[in-house]
Amino acid sequence: MSTPTVALGAKQRTPLRPARVLLHVFLVVTSLAWLGPLLWAVFAALRPYSETSNKGYVSWPDKLSFDNFTNAFKQSDMMHYFGNTLLIAVPAVLLTLLLSSMVAFYVSRFDFRLNVFLLLVFTAGNLLPQQVIITPLYRMYLLIDLPGITVSGKLYDSALGLVLIHVAFQSGFCAFVLSNYMRSLPHELTEAALVDGASVWRLYWQIVLPLCKPAMAALATLLSIWIYNDFFWAIVLISTGENMPITSALNNLSGQYFTDPNLVAAGALLTAIPTLIVYFVLQRQFVSGLTLGANKG
Amino acid sequence: MSSDITTKTPEAAAVPPPGRAPEKKRVAQGHRRLLTRRDRITLGLMAGVPTVLHVALVWVTALASIALAFTTWDGIGFDSIKWVGLDNFKQLFTDNPQFWPAVEHNIIWFVVLILIPTPLGLFLAVQLDKKIRFSRVYQTAFFLPVVMSLAVTGFVWQLIYNPDTGLINSLIGANKPGHYIDWIGDPHLNLWAILVAASWRHTGYMMILYLAGLKGVDPSLREASSLDGANEWQTFKNVIFPTLRPTNTVVLVVTIIEALRAFDLVFVFNKGAQGTELLSILITNNIIGESSRIGYGSAIAVVLLVISLAVIIPYLIATFRKERRA
Repeated sequence: MSTPTVALGAKQRTPLRPARVLLHVFLVVTSLAWLGPLLWAVFAALRPYSETSNKGYVSWPDKLSFDNFTNAFKQSDMMHYFGNTLLIAVPAVLLTLLLSSMVAFYVSRFDFRLNVFLLLVFTAGNLLPQQVIITPLYRMYLLIDLPGITVSGKLYDSALGLVLIHVAFQSGFCAFVLSNYMRSLPHELTEAALVDGASVWRLYWQIVLPLCKPAMAALATLLSIWIYNDFFWAIVLISTGENMPITSALNNLSGQYFTDPNLVAAGALLTAIPTLIVYFVLQRQFVSGLTLGANKG
Repeated sequence: MSSDITTKTPEAAAVPPPGRAPEKKRVAQGHRRLLTRRDRITLGLMAGVPTVLHVALVWVTALASIALAFTTWDGIGFDSIKWVGLDNFKQLFTDNPQFWPAVEHNIIWFVVLILIPTPLGLFLAVQLDKKIRFSRVYQTAFFLPVVMSLAVTGFVWQLIYNPDTGLINSLIGANKPGHYIDWIGDPHLNLWAILVAASWRHTGYMMILYLAGLKGVDPSLREASSLDGANEWQTFKNVIFPTLRPTNTVVLVVTIIEALRAFDLVFVFNKGAQGTELLSILITNNIIGESSRIGYGSAIAVVLLVISLAVIIPYLIATFRKERRA
């Protein structure tokens, strides 16, 4: 988006008044309190278990090291689970953007009678709690046989199954946002092309879609973080631990290391790293995406 | 929904929402004649494929939930599906010791989120909107929990709540056997402990929504108000807050839905055992738990569906009506 929604930094300096100083003190203290739980997790993860079990967690550290991180990474075969996540998230994000932009194009550039209703169906679907649909979905996934296509031979317990539900669910939100965006593009653009005999697909692919890049970028950032963070679908629709994406795999792994909270902390922090990187690199897109579709639950 | 929130379009950003320039009349009616047969097929597929996928996986399953709620089924073979009318619901409302606590917990979840993190998020947004230095740094600190998965959030907070190794008990000396305060296991405490973590996350989310809303407030309003001699609080109460109405609607809907969806944190904490039952957890336990009571689980899903639709439908109708008028 062209509007940096929340990014007015230090452009305009105001002279320091006592009230301002007080505000900064307040904000520094609250920010630190807010980061507290994370900093505590980092601190715990940096300490060896032997030390904390002797001295307690609230104690001065003798030794800080990244051992827990390297151990968590190796012992839990994290690369494998990151791989699973990639296998799910990449196609899911791309497909969601493709399909939802097509729906958005249809409802925003043409005046068919069903348009509003169609968009309503998509948007409402995305606002439903996932648990409302999970029971039949789970049964359906168990019933659909896909021998040779997925490792499990079914839609259940497969990356494909997760991709499909992510696409179906998230496209509601994206269609809504993108249709708003497309509606704001001048009609003359597509009209002229249509009169010149361009096909509908060309209008979509070569004219409208390139203009939607900013909105697509914002949505892509948002989607990748949501899908990466998904816990629920994976917990229910994947049964083999090996097939789990990283976020839900963590839940299984924590059972194995129950006796060592430091190791669990390190593991949890490691899984958060990719989202933090995406956030820091694409902060602007992420935030504008969120406010772009403030109706997202 | 306000156009300044959902339609962050170049136009909407430049023109204040209420007095928008009358939009160009849609010319699309004329388009239809220009469409060739192939174009129509293309369009049909473009709208059809995503719609089929979405409707099949989301709406057909939602309808199936309703149908299954009136049956019993062990999930093995279709012949074992038996029509039982309202039995599941009767049992749910009268017999199930977990159902009403779960409803209560979902309500508490919403009330807490709307009373604590929401005003706090608004307050932080108002402070950060004052064009202060390091605004970005503060924002990041408050927003970081929103970026992390709820599962990770659950693990992080367990380090704080753990009875013998956790931060709180270590600090207050309650980590010796016999003196435990069991934040995760005690049914009188655990829901509140989890809600602290949920609020921690929700605050940042609300802050971002309000910051975006505040950016849309016309600066001249603020000037006029200060020229009239209003102090900061008066300006906020009488001028700024009323203009945030659309944002407030969004915040309300988001918070209700968040409260209905609540799942991950609780599942990671204690799988929704004693004291932390939620509707979402009960449904899930009926699927991945050892008991496969599909009709019964579906009945709970229907309750959740009805509550959700009661919020979603009026909200969307209002949103779409506004949009068509614009």
